[in-house]
Amino acid sequence: MFSTFVAFTLLTVFQLPFAVAFVLTLVFAGLFGALIERVVLRHISTTTVLNPVIVTVGLSLILLGTAGWIWGYEIRTFPAPVVGPPLRFATVVLSQLNALTFLVTLVLMTVLFAFFRFSPTGIAMRAVAENRTAAQLMGISIGRMNALGWGMGTAMGAVTGMLIAPLNYLDPSMMGDVALKAFAAAVVGGLTSLPGAVVGGLLLGIIDSVVGFEVPELRNTIAFVLIVLVLVVRPGGLLGKHEIKKV
Amino acid sequence: MVHWLRTRGRAAAPYGVGLAAVIVVPSLLGVIPGIAPGYILYLVSLALIYAIVAIGLGLLIGHTGQISLGHAGFFAIGAYASALLTLRLGLPFVAALLVAGALTATIGFLLGLPALRLSGPYLAVATLGFGLAIPQLVVWQASWTGGSSGLHSLPLASLPLGAFTIVFRTDQDYYYLAAAVLIVLTIFARNVVASHTGRAFVAIRDSEIAARAMGVDLVRYKTTAFALSALYAGIAGSLYAHLIHGISPEDFTVLLSVDFLTMIVLGGLGSVGGALSGALLLTFLQNALTRLPVVHDFKNLYIVVLGAILILTIAFLPRGLAGIVRASRQRWAARVRPGASRLDQIVELSDGSGVR
Repeated sequence: MFSTFVAFTLLTVFQLPFAVAFVLTLVFAGLFGALIERVVLRHISTTTVLNPVIVTVGLSLILLGTAGWIWGYEIRTFPAPVVGPPLRFATVVLSQLNALTFLVTLVLMTVLFAFFRFSPTGIAMRAVAENRTAAQLMGISIGRMNALGWGMGTAMGAVTGMLIAPLNYLDPSMMGDVALKAFAAAVVGGLTSLPGAVVGGLLLGIIDSVVGFEVPELRNTIAFVLIVLVLVVRPGGLLGKHEIKKV
Repeated sequence: MVHWLRTRGRAAAPYGVGLAAVIVVPSLLGVIPGIAPGYILYLVSLALIYAIVAIGLGLLIGHTGQISLGHAGFFAIGAYASALLTLRLGLPFVAALLVAGALTATIGFLLGLPALRLSGPYLAVATLGFGLAIPQLVVWQASWTGGSSGLHSLPLASLPLGAFTIVFRTDQDYYYLAAAVLIVLTIFARNVVASHTGRAFVAIRDSEIAARAMGVDLVRYKTTAFALSALYAGIAGSLYAHLIHGISPEDFTVLLSVDFLTMIVLGGLGSVGGALSGALLLTFLQNALTRLPVVHDFKNLYIVVLGAILILTIAFLPRGLAGIVRASRQRWAARVRPGASRLDQIVELSDGSGVR
């Protein structure tokens, strides 16, 4: 959200072309995320899972308040990266914006998948997530991996924001809805499965559009109900496995 | 023998102080010049009501280690249930309060079932979804909930006592009502914490695997924690509706859930007294901030301050205000009885000691 506002300022105040603003925002978000990890998160004890969660809530409040301060709460329209006549494939009509979103998502997914599967850094990051102590014993720098993870995560958030904002609107509180829907998608697909997240995302998008068209007031409720339903009926999600932790 | 007496005396002391404060406060406020005592009392009542939610949320987050960012949802359910029952069905206030509490407890239990499968950040987002869903449902069912304009002109709270009925008309009456409910619920919470149920909560927080190995039934105790904390929020919601006399979905935003979280983090996770003091402090801080003459942009300032409180407390004061009190009490005990202090410390540490 914050990065999207930065992109918005770059686009409207400095009148930069979209591609330049996009790259600048990505760099900003990456550095910003890593900086937050270094300055704040590193000094928080992780003896309980609650601490990072509470601190992250605190961080998002500070960003929300600051964004509200700088840019205000009026809902803005975000300039679209591409304009032009929609693309037509037989009976399917696809706006250029949607096509671009689809393309960027596809590229990002492939890059991320390859990164985590093949590159030594990606594998090291997964190792840290799996077992910190063991990763550290293997000579992996936990601090560096955490900073990298935060930077990448923030940059991904910035991409999401820049792609969603032209579709919907720009507003400091927009990402709460996005976070809920992203989580619902991950749960539906299966929290343990990467392809599951993609399938879940597509499914949630369809359900959200169809039901949201019938009862537009209930979009967040639908996401919540889906989370509950899937967790009760099929806790592993569609593609994931349900694991019970054993000693 | 002496040991038992001392322990009991210490546990009773805060109640004595609290009860004295409850009785003294209204007469003290009358002396403050320039501010209508009624308004301050209204504010104190509000703080006491928030304290009820905070204590309930503390049982869930501080003791059981299960986070919730959706307690404004339970608070809203309690408020709407109570408002609808008194307005539409003409139920007496006390009955509405109890039904609202039972209803939210049931919903808390039901929400606890899917929550069994989640932890940490995942649970935070799922409960956030609950908090977002409730106001949406209220707006959607506008025909009986009043939609976005809400419900107004609720009847006065009243308490039938045998032949005659107490009606809570003034701010002072309501203040005593809120204080009485808070005292009862505080004692109840402290007893729960001290009981085997409370021990099971703490065991789950510290290690689910170890708790299971010790024979703690995770399903039973986690859902109990959810139901209990929802019960507190529901009762508080009911009191809130009748304090304000009118409610609307905008009263129950995600920001309110975050308020509740900040209260218990500031006060000290895993401490009933901490939740209480955190709620009082934050309510007055919020009100003080709105009165700052230099700030036009109160909402953003408040949001930033909330975030700063959360981060700074976790970073520098992980046990909150209750941690300071506990530490100074231990130092005091060590000075008075050097020999006994070590045993005391062990007991203190194992006794709902918050986050370590």
